[in-house]
Amino acid sequence: MVQIIDPLLIAALALNFVTLGTSRIRAAIHAVALQGILLGLLPLFIHPHIGLRGILLVLGTFVLKGFVVPAFLVHAMREVEIQHEVTPFINYISSLLLGALGTGMALVFAHTLPLADEHTGLLIVPASLSMVWTGFLMLTTRRKAIMQVLGYLLLENGIFLFGLLLLEAMPFLVEIGVLLDLFTLVFVMGIIIHHISREFSSMSTDHLSELKE
Amino acid sequence: MSEVALLWGIGIAGVSGVPGLFFGRYSFTGQCVTTALSVAGSVLGLTGVGLYWLAADGRPLVLPWGVLGADFSVAIDGLSAIFLLPVFLVSILGNIYGLGYWKQADHPENGRKLRLFYGVMTAGMALLVIAHNSILFLFGWESMALAAFFLVTTEDHKAEVREVGFIYLIATHVATLSLFALFALLYVISGSFDLVPLNENSMPDGISTAVLILALLGFGLKAGLMPLHVWLPGAHAMAPSHVSAIMSGVIIKMGIYGLARVLSLFPHPPLLWGGVVLGLGVVSGILGVVFAISQHDLKRLLAYHSIENIGIIAMGLGLALIGRSLNRVDWILLGLSGCLLHVWNHALFKSLLFLSAGSVIHAVHTREIDHLGGLARNMPRTALYFLIGAVAICGLPPLNGFISEYLIYVGLLGTLQESGGPSFTSAAFAAPALALIGALAVACFVKVFGAVFLGQARSARSAPAHEAPPSMLLPMAALSVCCFFIGLVPGFIAPLFEQAAAAWAPELRDALPPLSTLVPLGRIGVMAAALFAALFLGSLLLWARLRNTSVVRHVTWGCGYAAATPRMQYTSSSFAQILVGLFRWVLRPRIQKPAPLPLFPKATSFHSEVPDVVLNEVVLPAFHLNARVYAWFRIFQQGSIQAYLLYIFLTLLVLLFWR
Repeated sequence: MVQIIDPLLIAALALNFVTLGTSRIRAAIHAVALQGILLGLLPLFIHPHIGLRGILLVLGTFVLKGFVVPAFLVHAMREVEIQHEVTPFINYISSLLLGALGTGMALVFAHTLPLADEHTGLLIVPASLSMVWTGFLMLTTRRKAIMQVLGYLLLENGIFLFGLLLLEAMPFLVEIGVLLDLFTLVFVMGIIIHHISREFSSMSTDHLSELKE
Repeated sequence: MSEVALLWGIGIAGVSGVPGLFFGRYSFTGQCVTTALSVAGSVLGLTGVGLYWLAADGRPLVLPWGVLGADFSVAIDGLSAIFLLPVFLVSILGNIYGLGYWKQADHPENGRKLRLFYGVMTAGMALLVIAHNSILFLFGWESMALAAFFLVTTEDHKAEVREVGFIYLIATHVATLSLFALFALLYVISGSFDLVPLNENSMPDGISTAVLILALLGFGLKAGLMPLHVWLPGAHAMAPSHVSAIMSGVIIKMGIYGLARVLSLFPHPPLLWGGVVLGLGVVSGILGVVFAISQHDLKRLLAYHSIENIGIIAMGLGLALIGRSLNRVDWILLGLSGCLLHVWNHALFKSLLFLSAGSVIHAVHTREIDHLGGLARNMPRTALYFLIGAVAICGLPPLNGFISEYLIYVGLLGTLQESGGPSFTSAAFAAPALALIGALAVACFVKVFGAVFLGQARSARSAPAHEAPPSMLLPMAALSVCCFFIGLVPGFIAPLFEQAAAAWAPELRDALPPLSTLVPLGRIGVMAAALFAALFLGSLLLWARLRNTSVVRHVTWGCGYAAATPRMQYTSSSFAQILVGLFRWVLRPRIQKPAPLPLFPKATSFHSEVPDVVLNEVVLPAFHLNARVYAWFRIFQQGSIQAYLLYIFLTLLVLLFWR
């Protein structure tokens, strides 16, 4: 199984860097969608005897992360007519370097965690930590609201990946709940993006600081 | 059985406002549906209380409940039954009163919200009273406190209402925070969330002192004990009157309930505790009534009287605590019965007063006493009900206030008797304080009744006043009847209070004597009935004599002025001037006087007001100072989402690498 899981994870990690390094919003959306699809497939390989609810989960993740959410984001992007994140707080090269640093740290850190025996050799834990890190990088360094939504999605992908370790122990309801949260989040953010752009005729979150009092 | 009826009642009352939300903004039907549901829930709750009194089983009803690791465990005992009665009774009457007072058609923007939270608040109070563990207690407590916030801010389009709502919100959150700490401490001591008596031997001194301080802070804030009362006058004044009635009549009693309940867990409280509670009661009682006298706003004045009455209630509780420390069952019984009966009485007559004040406001649209006058002519029934409430709150026979204050008097003076056992004679000093409170209350209500209902209209506002509709008069009539009932047959309800005292001090359950051996309740009842009959006959005689004689209306002798006007009557501030002057050191009145008049005086004005000293000179300056000290903290509030997310991320990192 490891032969299939690890390449999938490495591909997903590579997509982290694509997201971090591109200024084109559409490319970033597609990268995150692809990562969602890859992660959605993972349960099939991790848990061989997956059962009906596992299949349902795979299907739900696959459809939601791979198609529904990206379609929604592309729609939002078209609506506000913005293609590029031009001036992030930290430029793309530095973002990539920070991302690489974080991924390295995640690999080191995962070794120090007290994991169950069957999970120690896998790449899953470092990959999930690295995705969370990348998500936070996106959230804190990008100005455009839509890029921040992608940051949330990366963050959620990391959490989802970590949760896969517990798939058998975690109630079905929790997983469904996480998916629902995600959907709501994107939905709400879509509306907020729309409102920011209508109110300030741009979708940069900088203008929100005018609301701080 | 009784618990099941109660829980159903609570459930129905709690959701009673929901169907109303689906009706239109002007729909009277929706209002009736909500009111009917809420009344039905409360009646069911009252049935539960009645069932308990008829056949008590006393075992807690425990339902498994996955929230926060504590069961859904409820139990009625003598103490909680006493508090349940006013919760449901005042809620029923307030709901009926609201039909006429806060018509949906007149208040389309907030009527539904008001009724929704009225039900939630009733349910929250009943739940906290029957909660048998602290988690459930806090659930009830918070539902009540937050619903009360929305009720206080019913008219949130007014800036002054928002301001008092904000003060209330801060006060209630501080209270809840202390309760969290309190119950955490109790958990540490007893190892469970259940509210059961503690074993004091395993408890260091510091912890029990901390428990007392936290309980006094948390429950005292809600009850409105004197230095902690800052939210109370404003909130009571700004809320709609039937909300003020339930807030003043019942919500603040939840603070007393919590205090009594937590203190009941300590079988041997230190003697100092009783002294502290008694002392706080004296301070609260005297200062409450003194502040009341100086007010010009009808509802603010009544609100300060709530502080005074909470003081009297706390005096009873303090006496009971002293009795428990010294193993004097007679003091426990007298103090606790006085305390709890005064809880009932205050719920009855203060609701009555607020409802009649509401009916005045409904008619004249002002709370300013100095704009009113002569209302008894146009609103005779409201005036009568207000008078009944006023006589009751002053503690005069033959009404109910007399009975509870009498119990506390007897108990306090009883501390002087040297009957061989341990004694605490300094508690007797509270008796003259209670007398002072009573006298000042009489002065205050003479002022209010005289200024509002007697004399002549001081402004054009009160001239065309109209009597309230029956839906508003009926609850007032019911409350008046209750006041008379307790005043005339106090012996009838005495067993309920013996039961409550037994629940409060379970270790002395068998040693408690019947209340009638300590106080001649039967004779008091007979005397009250005689007094009542004499009053009734006297007024009948007067009426019969006046009926056939022609009455000539004449102006009062006005110091030789030729052209007396209604504005030359005693105003509320001139009536209270001597007393306000005596207590100037604490009231700090703000008076704007005109300069000495020249030979040909021009138009001038006089203004006096007594703002709340604790709020304006302690709390607000402290908050402003705090705001200045922490101004530098603003650099973290940049308004940038990215920065806020960074804070979260850094916190997570710190937590990750912790240890």
